[in-house]
Amino acid sequence: MADYKPNEMMTIAAARALKNEDVCFVGIGMPSAAANLARLSHAPGVTLIYESGTLATKPTVLPLSIGDGELCETALTTVSVPEMFRYWLQGGRISIGFLGGAQIDKFANLNTTVVGPYDKPKVRLPGGGGAPEIAISCGEIFIIMAQGKRSFVDKLDFVTSVGHAQGGDSRAKLGLKTKGPTRLITDLAMFEPDPETKEMTVVSIHPGVTREQIQENTGWKVRYAAKVAETPPPTARELEVLRDLHARTARVQGEAA
Amino acid sequence: MARILSLAEAVKSAVHDGDTVAMEGFTHLIPHAAGHEIIRQGRKHLTLIRMTPDLIYDQLIGMGCVDKLVFSWGGNPGVGSLHRFRDAVENGWPHKLGIEEHSHAAMANAYEAGAAGLPCAIFRGYIGTDLPKVNPNIKRVKCPFTGEELAAIPAHRPDVAIIHAQRADKAGNIMLEGVLGVQKEAVLAAKRSIVTVEEIVDDFGPRSLNAVILPSWTIGYVAEVPGGAFPSYAQGYYPRNNAFYKEWDNIARERDSFLAWMKTNVLEKSPGAFAAHARKMRTAAE
Repeated sequence: MADYKPNEMMTIAAARALKNEDVCFVGIGMPSAAANLARLSHAPGVTLIYESGTLATKPTVLPLSIGDGELCETALTTVSVPEMFRYWLQGGRISIGFLGGAQIDKFANLNTTVVGPYDKPKVRLPGGGGAPEIAISCGEIFIIMAQGKRSFVDKLDFVTSVGHAQGGDSRAKLGLKTKGPTRLITDLAMFEPDPETKEMTVVSIHPGVTREQIQENTGWKVRYAAKVAETPPPTARELEVLRDLHARTARVQGEAA
Repeated sequence: MARILSLAEAVKSAVHDGDTVAMEGFTHLIPHAAGHEIIRQGRKHLTLIRMTPDLIYDQLIGMGCVDKLVFSWGGNPGVGSLHRFRDAVENGWPHKLGIEEHSHAAMANAYEAGAAGLPCAIFRGYIGTDLPKVNPNIKRVKCPFTGEELAAIPAHRPDVAIIHAQRADKAGNIMLEGVLGVQKEAVLAAKRSIVTVEEIVDDFGPRSLNAVILPSWTIGYVAEVPGGAFPSYAQGYYPRNNAFYKEWDNIARERDSFLAWMKTNVLEKSPGAFAAHARKMRTAAE
């Protein structure tokens, strides 16, 4: 068995979901690692867009922030932030939004606002940023999040960005024509929405992971598709590109890899 | 016409207690030196507007300058929490902080509406999110032509906008490039403005025919503060100091270490201290 970490499996599985022809609005952190891994491996033509206004950027290292100079210097062009949100996102020119979050529910609604009551939060999180409109304006949404009982919850403390709302046709009833979350990639498995109920359903389990483990790290009763695959393990090449990317990033940010 | 002044004079003239102030910068060109000057001059009861409040707003909040924050993402990018912001929201230290929370799309639209002289911004947003439940300034309007329901929020019209840019010329025209954020919109939306710059040059010289220029007659005050965006960056001058952003997590985590750092590095310093971070990178093309 190849030697890799669950986080690496997650990033690699997420990267595989991106295709060469996709135009992807990239969130910072894990989505950024996955999107750039895709660009540096099987999808060299993928168009990556960051909300700082950088269009078709090709960073050689992962940015720490959404607007690092590296993103601007390697972009096809950089537009202002109002233009980014109006013409490019709201204008419907982005096929995939790649998001993470602090909390997710079974219909892939996300919370990045507060843990606890809004007026008296236990933890004040950074907030929505671009996510509320990314969630509604991109053609579809991929979500990457490590699983745990505190993050995969039965009920969100706050809905920051909408996924499949209350399931069924409730998202469409909000007037939304975009697909919403079509894939949820975790460190244990891959989920897709059930065609009818829209509940996020396990379609593939990462090698060596058990159903018990998935349930232990999920705050609702996990459902499985009729046919559940095993996620192909990372290839040597995928691991090499991902680790090189992280090592380059660490060197530039002045840290030991 | 813009007046070229020292930063201390510019802040004294433009920023008053109780003002609504937008210090913008989307990761790039964040006006840190100007923020420090506001803290040193002891401004109080400010309402701060910013899409991405980061370290400089953490500092203003922790030093008790701020009554209310209007924002869409309040974190230390790529690192984690803003501890002073969290302490204010979660525990009311150093005093209670009012918040008006938006999304980025809403904030960008509100600045643009302000710059365009409109009373409100209209856009497709805030669908299926709980934000309208906690922010009464988020309303819905119906398109009179198609019937589509759209989001509406008030335009941003700050008393003062403060930004940092690469260059001014002697007449006080401003040129900025790279990640532009909402700086142009913030300045044009505001009643007054301060622009700090890396350098004041005789002439901008050869430039793109579409270079981003704010003409002198749209600017209140210009102050030359080399390095004034540190630890954020100025494209063509110095890179973002990512190590400092990580270090801030430790400095700001506890009230005592925060106050000690502010005393040594802000209260006992002057805008000239930022010059230590200034430099100009030459590109191969030059």
